[in-house]
Amino acid sequence: MTQDELKSVVVAKSIDARGTACPGPLLEAKKAIGTIASGDIMEIYSADEGTKQDIPKWCTKQGHEYLGSVDENGYFKVYMKKK
Amino acid sequence: MEDIKKTDIQELQKQIYALNEQIENLKNSRKDQLSIAVVSGDMDKVLAAMVISIAAAAMDTQVKLFFSFWSLSALRDPKKSPKGKDFISKMFGLMLPNGKNKLSLSKMNMLGMGPMMIKMLMKKQNVMSLEQMFNEAGELGIEIVVCEMSMGLMGFKKEEMIDYPHLSFAGAATFVADAGESSIQLFI
Repeated sequence: MTQDELKSVVVAKSIDARGTACPGPLLEAKKAIGTIASGDIMEIYSADEGTKQDIPKWCTKQGHEYLGSVDENGYFKVYMKKK
Repeated sequence: MEDIKKTDIQELQKQIYALNEQIENLKNSRKDQLSIAVVSGDMDKVLAAMVISIAAAAMDTQVKLFFSFWSLSALRDPKKSPKGKDFISKMFGLMLPNGKNKLSLSKMNMLGMGPMMIKMLMKKQNVMSLEQMFNEAGELGIEIVVCEMSMGLMGFKKEEMIDYPHLSFAGAATFVADAGESSIQLFI
């Protein structure tokens, strides 16, 4: 997805994991994924650079769709769609 | 006509045989499981073992940690004081770190200054403490197996181990069996 598409995407769940370092954001994402339905989009806020690489790997393993990330000031948002 | 049918059947039989072989191979392939032999009792190494385990469990990989030798210090509960230890066991108990918050660093320990600084930095950078990591590990269903032999060797007792929801005691063969069916095996 392009940056513009990501910015206007409708998210079912938004989690703020900026207060945790690795493996915190992944753990928060795992805990939240159970609360959304299949096909829903979730966004994860993180300030931990590793998250940008980790979330796509997690998605690949679990069969979710990784949509991309958007950089904000001092943090970023990662988007994924539940399988 | 008859001949053609015969060769067809033979070809099919060959394919079935090949498929059966593939299924057998798949059955024998390893599980989505991580086995770690945690031997080191250094704070940095126990930390590494826990971070990897939590990341694996968050990815739905089954995790089995086999704690042995120096790492047992990390599993001691400082609030518990077991009775009936002999002299050597008591000495060992006094000289070894009493719990995960008392572990030293493998480098830059500087008589305990190092761990203090690392803990401060971890807090500042929002890295989970070992205490928090063990709590998360328990919630994620990460299994901890304590090596009976090293526990006996160091004079530790079952009663002084932490309250952890998935704690068991076993021997080396348990690790070998668990590791044998794991797709990832590590030694820390």
